[in-house]
Amino acid sequence: MKICLKIVSGHFYGDNGKMKEYHYTGPVEHRFSPYSFNGGTVLAVAGEDFAIVASDTRLSEGYSIHSRDSPKCYKLTNTTVIGCSGFHGDCLTLTKIIDARLKMYKHSNNKSMTSGAIAAMLSTILYGRRFFPYYVYNIIGGLDEEGKGAVYSFDPVGSYQRDTYKAGGSASAMLQPLLDNQIGFKNMEGVQHLPLNQEKAVQLVKDVFISAAERDVYTGDALRICIVTKEGIKEETVPLRKD
Amino acid sequence: MATLSVCQPQLGGFSFENCKRNAVLEAEVTKLGCNIPSARKTGTTICGVVFKDGIVLGADTRATEGMIVADKNCSKIHYISPNIYCCGAGTAADTEMTTQIISSNLELHSLSTSRLPRVATANRMLKQMLFRYQGHIGAALVLGGVDCNGPHLYSIYPHGSTDKLPYVTMGSGSLAAMAVFEDRYKQDMEEEDAKRLVRDAIAAGIFNDLGSGSNIDLCVITKGRVDYLRPHDMANKKGVRLIRPVYAYKQGTTGVLTKSVIKLDLEVVEETVQTMDTS
Repeated sequence: MKICLKIVSGHFYGDNGKMKEYHYTGPVEHRFSPYSFNGGTVLAVAGEDFAIVASDTRLSEGYSIHSRDSPKCYKLTNTTVIGCSGFHGDCLTLTKIIDARLKMYKHSNNKSMTSGAIAAMLSTILYGRRFFPYYVYNIIGGLDEEGKGAVYSFDPVGSYQRDTYKAGGSASAMLQPLLDNQIGFKNMEGVQHLPLNQEKAVQLVKDVFISAAERDVYTGDALRICIVTKEGIKEETVPLRKD
Repeated sequence: MATLSVCQPQLGGFSFENCKRNAVLEAEVTKLGCNIPSARKTGTTICGVVFKDGIVLGADTRATEGMIVADKNCSKIHYISPNIYCCGAGTAADTEMTTQIISSNLELHSLSTSRLPRVATANRMLKQMLFRYQGHIGAALVLGGVDCNGPHLYSIYPHGSTDKLPYVTMGSGSLAAMAVFEDRYKQDMEEEDAKRLVRDAIAAGIFNDLGSGSNIDLCVITKGRVDYLRPHDMANKKGVRLIRPVYAYKQGTTGVLTKSVIKLDLEVVEETVQTMDTS
């Protein structure tokens, strides 16, 4: 449906500067946007024999809160958890599709998918929608075939790589530099590169989310932490700022 | 007779003389590849209520820049005169400067008339200034005070319209706060009930609106007394980090490439210490 746009007032003149038009009167064409941003932050850390996937539980839209208890970590297999943030509609559909594909694989190959295989599959699923993407920022955390921790981070159209740690979602720009410093020992000299143990990693994740909730309005309410070890998946919930 | 307002020339018409200058500046800055800084909005919940003996004004304390918190404890209740205070929502600089300009002009006016200023005077000055700027000054205000005619409460919109009401809310959290007012407001409340009502209204904005947060400030104005309660209620304390001491860096963590020491001949005249928030 095309609407004719009419500009009524003229440009103000400008010799060395172009003036912006301040008075636009006339019909404006509004387009329906199929996406909406529901906020949320996800984080994954890989250790020697464990992996942690954490997310806040706030679901928001604009200035309002839809839910204070909507975690963004989804369990895929006994050794893999995925964190999805962005547009909640696409997060739900994508996880349903992944679950279906996992079942199909199990039935045809008689074994569960490994973390690396799930990551490769997710990349093809996302690229299949290259021209109408899933508005989801994914991070997979789990154990690889050798039992070591693995983190795979994605962009909305399927580009992925294996990492040691990654933050995604609305507060990712605040969390990632802190993780680079504390886990990757970046920008520091003369510091011992101690390997990360599970308790320290969990404490670091909690602290990092407490700080993100201070400054990012989309992050808060509660933090859900999923710890993946060869024994299974353990879940922990920690309260965050509610304002 | 000499004009009392020092900052505004009382000429007719609209004064847009800075617009051409701003356009030139913006063009220069874009050529260098940077952007001009955007105005910081307060994304706020402010409200006011009239009770038996006076006015209670309330505000949250969060200032946002986009969807990031710029200031966790800013002050949104501004002084206008000893008996009149004003809460401001919208662009932070606009509310700050507008209330300061009117406060200054009102003091001159009060000295000239030898009387305590009236709330209606402040209201008239604010609306005339905001209308003159046709809404370009993004200041949404809740003005309240007690004068010789009793307590008065006004809400003032950026384009210059005003409403005189017994209870008002403004800002992004205004709907949440108004919901509380519409439920529990009664005429001629006692002071404690009014304070509790305003506190609950601001709390509704803080917890349900993403643009508002942190603490609740109150200002109670009665005849001859002003209680500026900042903070009245610390509704959200900063989360306590678990690994506190380990985040401190040892000396030598930042690599030093070269070091040169130049001694200066100085004598210490005065020494003051200002603490930073390192919690």
